[in-house]
Amino acid sequence: MTLTSDLALGSGKPPGGDPARTASAAPGRLTDLFQLGLDAPICLTWELTYACNLSCVHCLSSSGRRDPRELSTAECKQVIDTLERMQVFYVNIGGGEPTVRPDFWELVDYATAHHVGVKFSTNGVKITPDVAARLAASDYVDVQISLDGATAAVNDAVRGPGSYDTALRAMASLHHAGFRGFKLSVVMTRHNIPQLDAFKAIADRYGAQLRLTRLRPSGRGADVWHELHPTVDQQRSLYDWLVAHGEQVLTGDSFFHLSAYGSALPGLNLCGAGRVVCLIDPVGDVYACPFAIHESFLAGSVRDQGGFQAVWRDSPLFASLRAPDTGGACRSCGSYDSCRGGCMAAKFFTGLPLDGPDPECVRGHGEAALAAVDASAAPRPSVDHSHRTVPVTIGRRRPPERGCDESPLAGFAVP
Amino acid sequence: MSTDFDLDRPWRVDPRVSVRPEPFGALLYHFGTRRLSFLKNQRVLAVVRSLADHPSARAACAAAGVTEAELPAYTRALHALAQSSMISERTVV
Ligand code: SF4
Ligand code: SF4
Repeated sequence: MTLTSDLALGSGKPPGGDPARTASAAPGRLTDLFQLGLDAPICLTWELTYACNLSCVHCLSSSGRRDPRELSTAECKQVIDTLERMQVFYVNIGGGEPTVRPDFWELVDYATAHHVGVKFSTNGVKITPDVAARLAASDYVDVQISLDGATAAVNDAVRGPGSYDTALRAMASLHHAGFRGFKLSVVMTRHNIPQLDAFKAIADRYGAQLRLTRLRPSGRGADVWHELHPTVDQQRSLYDWLVAHGEQVLTGDSFFHLSAYGSALPGLNLCGAGRVVCLIDPVGDVYACPFAIHESFLAGSVRDQGGFQAVWRDSPLFASLRAPDTGGACRSCGSYDSCRGGCMAAKFFTGLPLDGPDPECVRGHGEAALAAVDASAAPRPSVDHSHRTVPVTIGRRRPPERGCDESPLAGFAVP
Repeated sequence: MSTDFDLDRPWRVDPRVSVRPEPFGALLYHFGTRRLSFLKNQRVLAVVRSLADHPSARAACAAAGVTEAELPAYTRALHALAQSSMISERTVV
């Protein structure tokens, strides 16, 4: 591009929905702007439920079972009122599988009626042709379908049997309904990096835009990260592929650590945790980033006095994250200006110091650092809603305590 | 940057754009294109917000106290915003 001038920095894709061409145009300057702290987040993720029909091995939020303390419909609407007042432009709704909440469509309608745009992530389970037609009719709703393999074999190994077909059926419905430019979202792993071109072909076939994100050792991802994260050679080929495809492909803030290979990639080139990015979890807890569900990054709750706005503006944790970072061991690195030491969550959950190199540092410093830490001492996620494996029992199974313990879809009717 | 932005025509913030004041200036978000822009000081924000109240962009700039010497920079900013559909020409009735 670049549509920058001295006074206006123009036309970036927003984060999560992906920031800024802007950011790549002037990383330093954008960072300076954000350093002052924003009155409201740009990239707010709101996980509506921990309930999910799937059990993906790398789930960032360790989802599965609904939390009984989940925000009620009325509480969710209060949060939306706050977001409207703060002029949060849109929220990235996720979970769990958000569409299994019986009030999901009601909340989407409430948000858009209150000038808060919605982009929601789904595995596609509820995207019937009727729902797709409704979604296609709204300017203020965007949909992101998760798929982690371009073939059923690669996808289902991570996301579970049948999940590939579910996702493709949903995409076909959206396409058929005339929804153009919905997102096909892929977490990059060792097994699907060879499928980059195939993912692009699937996105093109359904009129979707491809979005590639980084596998981070968050939630259950911590258990599989060591086997699934890309190899050094794969990181390089991913970087080259991203450079070749430029702005056709969204990446959010996923791969700025790869910019140390050369030029910066489109996207947000800094860790925005607590500055640009934050998470509201299903019970209303506010964390610095959706990949940082741990008490160290817990800033408060929307249920506290003052609600979300007070947490965002006044939390001491966020104030400390907004303070200029020193760069630590990365400071002397020639790539620091573009790489900035990488992802805070990736460091934290692999047991690395937050002011040192990313575990996937392209200069190899991460590997050395990982070798020096005791992996078993790395922090564990504080919250886990994974489906419990049901032990084999003889005779009658104990009935579930609540319908939602058995199936998160219980009681759900498609509107 | 070359500019073909017409300062003498009437402009307005696009109806699908939300403007959020921030300590550094403002953020703009366009719901149709799903894109963000940044306004990097309070004066350019004042200009953008008042576009619809003035017969021309030039008048909006003057009312916000933009000097002759500063005008080229403001014109470039408006040009960038027009290119990303954040502001659009309004039809005079
Ligand atoms: S911690 Fe990682 S995922 Fe979270 S905002 Fe920072 S870079 Fe992004
Ligand atoms: S040493 Fe730090 S700044 Fe340099 S490439 Fe590695 S992670 Fe990035």
